Amino acid sequence: MTDEPSPRARAAHQFIAALPHCRALSMSVESVRDGEAVISMPWSENLVGDPRTGVIHGGAVSALMDTSGGAAVLSHPTAPLNTATMDLRIDYMRAATPHQTITARAVCHHVTRSVAFVRAEAFDEDVEKGPVAVANGAFALDRGKRP
Amino acid sequence: MTAPEPVQRIKQRRDGALRALVGGVPYAGFLGIAFDRRGDELTGVLNFDPKLIGNPILPALHGGVTAAFLEVTAIVTLSWSMLWDDLESGRIDVDALTPETLPRLPKTIDFAVDYLRTGLPRDAYARARVNRSGRRYASVHVEGWQDNRDRLFAQATGHFLMPPRDG
Repeated sequence: MTDEPSPRARAAHQFIAALPHCRALSMSVESVRDGEAVISMPWSENLVGDPRTGVIHGGAVSALMDTSGGAAVLSHPTAPLNTATMDLRIDYMRAATPHQTITARAVCHHVTRSVAFVRAEAFDEDVEKGPVAVANGAFALDRGKRP
Repeated sequence: MTAPEPVQRIKQRRDGALRALVGGVPYAGFLGIAFDRRGDELTGVLNFDPKLIGNPILPALHGGVTAAFLEVTAIVTLSWSMLWDDLESGRIDVDALTPETLPRLPKTIDFAVDYLRTGLPRDAYARARVNRSGRRYASVHVEGWQDNRDRLFAQATGHFLMPPRDG
């Protein structure tokens, strides 16, 4: 084992960083390798759901969860060519603290020939308070030609 | 017998309340989500913009955009259904209605999105149905489509915590 990211992980990193919507939300890839991805998203006024509280809208957290899930899948050692979300369920445990960065960690914990299963958790900067949201997803895999 | 209310006043009241409701969600504005109203029926409209693209190779709407669009439509439709009776009975004065004075929005407990087709790089529409609305919780189903109403590109079900009501 080496700490150098594999070419595969580097490609996944660049791919995610280039996605227009991820740029619009100022997402940044903290790490992505071996079926695990950590992606952060800073607080922004644009993402607020209720201006009276300043709490980020659940939809923005969904976008972060979906991105980290897709990144985890693409970085899986079985090297899928592409992936698309089939199903994503998110549980919102608590409101994210306003003005704090949200960081999601997704793990692709099982893959079959055509489907990848993902678990993800999102934290604000008060990590000791537990996750703001958790997610489970199924992603369709494109592995190129079928035998 | 009283004369029926002038149609302009009805429209002003309903559209004003809807504007206050949707205008109170900055994230909806950021994504370019607007709402069409026919009577009490709402249709969410996601106006396409290149920043909504997830995968630039396909190109396709970002799955997170789809989820957010359906969730915004569910919350606005649920809030609208809570607001409607108070609005129509005159218990809420629409002229005094601003994003700051609106009743609090429901909070999402969970939201499950079923992605049925690729979201194409064009406008999308969504309609939500409140299947159960109790004092504390509501269950809402929402359907999203693009070119054909019968070919959904995504659907979702969510549970929401209702804001506390006075009285």
